[in-house]
Amino acid sequence: MQRLRIIFAKTSAMRFTGHLDLHRAWERAFRRAELPLAYSQGYNPHPRLNLAAALPLGFTSQAEIMDAWLEHTLPVAQVWAALESALPPGISLCQIEEAALNLPALQTQLEAAEYLVTLLDELPEMATRLETLMNSEHLPRRRRGKDYDLRPLILKLHSLPPEADGLQRLFMRLVTKEGAAGRPDEVVEALGGAADAARVHRLRLILSS
Amino acid sequence: MTHPNEIEKFLERVLLKVQKPARYTGGEINQVVKKWGAVRTHVALVFPDLYDLGMSNLGLAILYDLLNQRSDVLAERAFAPWSDMEAALRQAKLPLYSLESKHPLADFDIVGFSLPYETLYTNTLNILELAGIPLFSAEREERHPLVIAGGHAAFNPEPMHAFIDAFVIGEGEDVIQEIVDAHQSWKDSGASRQELLISLSQIWGVYVPSLYEAHYEEDGVFSHIEKKLSEAPLPVVKRIVAKLPPPTTRLIVPYIDTVHNRIPIEIMRGCTRGCRFCQAGMIMRPVRERPVEQIVQAIEDGLRNTGFEEVGLLSLSSSDYTHILDLVTAVSQRFAGRNLAISLPSLRIESFSVDLMDALKDSRRSGFTLAPEAATERMREIINKPVSSEKLLETARAIYARGWHNIKLYFMIGHPSETIQDVQVIVDLCKAVLAEGRKIIGRRAQVTAGVSTFIPKPHTPFQWAACDTMEQIRAKQALLKKSLRGDGLKLNWNSPEDTMLEAWLSRGDRRMAEVIYQAWKRGARFDAWKDHFRYDLWLEAFSAVGLDPAFYTHRERPLDEPFPWDHISATVRKKFLAEDYLWSMQGKTRIDCRQRCFACGILPTFADLRRANPGDVWQCPEVKSKRIPVGEIAVASADSIPVSG
Repeated sequence: MQRLRIIFAKTSAMRFTGHLDLHRAWERAFRRAELPLAYSQGYNPHPRLNLAAALPLGFTSQAEIMDAWLEHTLPVAQVWAALESALPPGISLCQIEEAALNLPALQTQLEAAEYLVTLLDELPEMATRLETLMNSEHLPRRRRGKDYDLRPLILKLHSLPPEADGLQRLFMRLVTKEGAAGRPDEVVEALGGAADAARVHRLRLILSS
Repeated sequence: MTHPNEIEKFLERVLLKVQKPARYTGGEINQVVKKWGAVRTHVALVFPDLYDLGMSNLGLAILYDLLNQRSDVLAERAFAPWSDMEAALRQAKLPLYSLESKHPLADFDIVGFSLPYETLYTNTLNILELAGIPLFSAEREERHPLVIAGGHAAFNPEPMHAFIDAFVIGEGEDVIQEIVDAHQSWKDSGASRQELLISLSQIWGVYVPSLYEAHYEEDGVFSHIEKKLSEAPLPVVKRIVAKLPPPTTRLIVPYIDTVHNRIPIEIMRGCTRGCRFCQAGMIMRPVRERPVEQIVQAIEDGLRNTGFEEVGLLSLSSSDYTHILDLVTAVSQRFAGRNLAISLPSLRIESFSVDLMDALKDSRRSGFTLAPEAATERMREIINKPVSSEKLLETARAIYARGWHNIKLYFMIGHPSETIQDVQVIVDLCKAVLAEGRKIIGRRAQVTAGVSTFIPKPHTPFQWAACDTMEQIRAKQALLKKSLRGDGLKLNWNSPEDTMLEAWLSRGDRRMAEVIYQAWKRGARFDAWKDHFRYDLWLEAFSAVGLDPAFYTHRERPLDEPFPWDHISATVRKKFLAEDYLWSMQGKTRIDCRQRCFACGILPTFADLRRANPGDVWQCPEVKSKRIPVGEIAVASADSIPVSG
């Protein structure tokens, strides 16, 4: 058995693929690549793939992390070459390394995530909005019928200098743990913007070391 | 003209607001994107329902692959947008576009609709409107795309005659190439649109409705079809491919779940059983099989191309595939240990079928499906699907004993001459099967009864029969619902309204086009979807047009009444169908026609093709003498049928 930690980017049309479908897409990529992906034992075997953190529909990312188990050990370069030619458009490899078999599950190691958010519609007086938000002690919000406080989930939030397109850009670092994850589109709404006018890109997932 | 960039810009925002945005993005693995300016002919292939359904349609996948193999052609896909996306497109005043290049459908040379069933008709109109293409064929000009359609529903093209420029009757693999060629010649010639339609009508298997006129008797009964142009063929003979080409294996892999996430491999086409209700069994003759090695190779290639975890070995009657045991053995050995599910639907009711499924180690959770179609032996003789109830119970015992917990039994109510007692026997039989299961595996045993309602389809021996009325259907369903419940029993059924719509649309004549138009104008869409189907709109449409729906469905037709689809020849002769209908009423059955040819009409029509493809390629008898001249494929009298053996 070999455990591989794969860091990959999720872009273009792939961003409209949800978590379960992404899982499927990876399974199929391994099958196309003819790599010996391990399956769970039992009545209804599942491929041994473990994605660190679900990326909400529509977001892009350059830093998704997944662990994959192979039935036997192969050189990393060989896995890379086989996968690269088999991946669907919208998934690209950033890094593959061998991981110790006894490492805990990825989800339990997650601490935070960093995002780049581009606003398609300008929000006036951004500096004031950011300041007000960061100075507030609580940000009570409701999502899918559940009340929660967004404020403690925001670790960092600031503007970035505009690029050629002139659109406003924000940097966010949000708590991303099992059961407590901040969503960048919620932050945009808390700032007074519209979630569907924000383009969200995940820059990094931070694991506990 | 809308530029693809405008569409892309629109999508950037709207995709976050609609359900399942991956329906509208394209970009999947194995999609083909060509440079728009680098090809001569642009074809949009449209499945007029959701992406989720259309991406599992084999016909579309085959045509996409074949057309894109040509360097001078590009083929792209489009599907019906769900109501949320339709609203967004209309609000933004943007046209429906293709998934690959995001070109509006109106930019294509040819827009081809796949019409496997009739409840896609209002969606077809809706897509034309969303695309900005005039709905009515007569209103289209040279600058508009050629609108074509094919699929099983096209075997009665008349209800859609006003909206489709040309129909493909039969198999599309070869004819689509000829249509493209004809379009290219026409485009180069600069001739009128009418010239294009005339040239298309000369292609075997193409029906151009505007070259014909329908006539009716004073009492409203259909009288005959008249051609308005001497060179228009009458009848229009269906197209077939003489020998099945290797299966398509370069399949697009959707980013999201669709109805079937699998590699579909058609192991054979056609059926020799002759079930009298079955339209596919009549219109897809003759039976042609693919060789075992070709199928195994196709699975291998398909897996490498797609990575799918399931393979569907498809046919109308898998047990009748000549080398079924060899195939199952080869597949189960070759692909063992690859975590691959192999499905083999449409098996005969016999314990050998259980052996086959066992060899494939198909997922036991999905249940084992048997389709007796009727519960009494008398009724099964009427529909020509003779199997004894004892054999059914014996098969059921084998299924439960070999590890399946759930047996799915498919029945139909409403067969000709069916009584409420026959329906009661459906209940009794389901309970008997369950009782066998209980004896073997106890309380885990389950029976799921799927009971649909019979519709007398064109080109079948039952085309003269009447549909049950709503009241009859309701009474029969009430009995089923009351009796088929309790532990281990489950019942699925179709609403009588769904059945009525499908019956009107499949049996309609040219006057039905106005009904479809009126229903669509009143908001009918996604008629195949329970939550969208509006029966009331259809009734309103009928009354607006002044037609009586019962006229189409509840009259048993006299044997000499012409049908609106008589000019479309599925090559099984009407005389043969009529004889079979009379036989059914006497309880006379026909054996598998591989054992004895009943001269249905296929061979005299296609004698030359059969001669050119001897041996196992077809399951029809060999043709000895050369009696039918090449080219005269349309007409052949009953007594000139060459039969061997």
